[in-house]
Amino acid sequence: MREFAYAKPASLADAASAYASGGEAALLAGGHTLIPAMKSRLRQPDTLVDLNAIPGLDAIAVEGDRLWVGALARHAAVAASPVVAKAIPALACLAAGIGDPQVRVRGTMGGSVANNDPAADYPAAVLAMDAVVETDRGAHAADDFFQGMFTTALDDGEIIARIGFRVPQAAAYAKFRHPASRYAIVGVFVAKYAGGHRVAVTGAGPGVFRWADAEAALDAGGSLDALALDPSELNTDIHASADYRAALCVTMLKRAAAQI
Amino acid sequence: MEIAFTLNGEAKRLTVSPATLLVELLRDGLHLTGTHIGCDTSQCGACNVLLDGEPVKSCTLLAVQCDGRTVTTVEGLAKGEALHPMQAAFREHHGLQCGFCTPGMIMAGIGIAKRHGRDISRETIAHELEGNLCRCTGYQNIVTAIQAGAKEMADA
Repeated sequence: MREFAYAKPASLADAASAYASGGEAALLAGGHTLIPAMKSRLRQPDTLVDLNAIPGLDAIAVEGDRLWVGALARHAAVAASPVVAKAIPALACLAAGIGDPQVRVRGTMGGSVANNDPAADYPAAVLAMDAVVETDRGAHAADDFFQGMFTTALDDGEIIARIGFRVPQAAAYAKFRHPASRYAIVGVFVAKYAGGHRVAVTGAGPGVFRWADAEAALDAGGSLDALALDPSELNTDIHASADYRAALCVTMLKRAAAQI
Repeated sequence: MEIAFTLNGEAKRLTVSPATLLVELLRDGLHLTGTHIGCDTSQCGACNVLLDGEPVKSCTLLAVQCDGRTVTTVEGLAKGEALHPMQAAFREHHGLQCGFCTPGMIMAGIGIAKRHGRDISRETIAHELEGNLCRCTGYQNIVTAIQAGAKEMADA
């Protein structure tokens, strides 16, 4: 790993200034994407700004119609939280299926959402549950936040503070896991609201996306068999072809819908 | 930069470069070579150590992140000549062949026992071992050892 300066600020404001004055800087949350990327020199920051000493960033609480999860909440904490289990059990279930136990002890929701890996799990939950991504500079609606592979609405150095999920009447996540990495080859999150369903798909395309046809079919209450995504817009890699991913999307949608 | 942490029950104050991984500090700096580097890509779990009692992958943690924390490696588990119950269970149930993955497996096993208590199904243990690779045993005796070790830990 290339040498870098290390800062451990105690507030979001101090973190922002450490980032701004740190040359090419990077924010460290759980580090389970960033540190491997630094080891392989895909990322070579001048300054690493460690967010782990900022108090309160891992809080989990329901306020009004939203479940708010702090950016530094670990996957294991989300999976085990009675507050999450009561408000949105599907979110606890999703968190329990990320990586492996050692990864879940370190990895954070904010880190995952900021990174926006096209096969990550949390972006599907954020998008399907119409979440608000609150940062040190303002707030982003989920529908505007994810902008394709590893790209988000976050400005350079903008730090996620917490994420607010609109609590659904019911929700479920079905994932076809890559057997080694445990990332989603395809993951489908379905959330049911009084105004209709929201469906988000991860792993299948170049970034998480909403599946309008599936939402309409679920709202109509009819069969899901006729649904099909265009494979030309989906990923092909050594693990799965685009055609296979298109088929998996329907299968995972059915599995999620069956739990609602 | 200077860090202070507790390692295997002993207070340490050291100067490390921020780019030093915990596993590098342990193995190269402190010559505690019981913690192994298997894949170096956060997959295999051979480098698992306990950070404040929870298993983490020391190849994916900076040494500076351990400032003020407590780290336990496989060298710190036994009390004198008496093995930790999870170590003893691996010996008793032959939960290893070449032994390379064993320190990480024992750390994972301790984490599983802490999360799930005294009586744990084989299925739960197999599921919870997703972050640990063994290329020799076929895992059966590892699962048996963790099951037995969890009982011993609860009864100890």
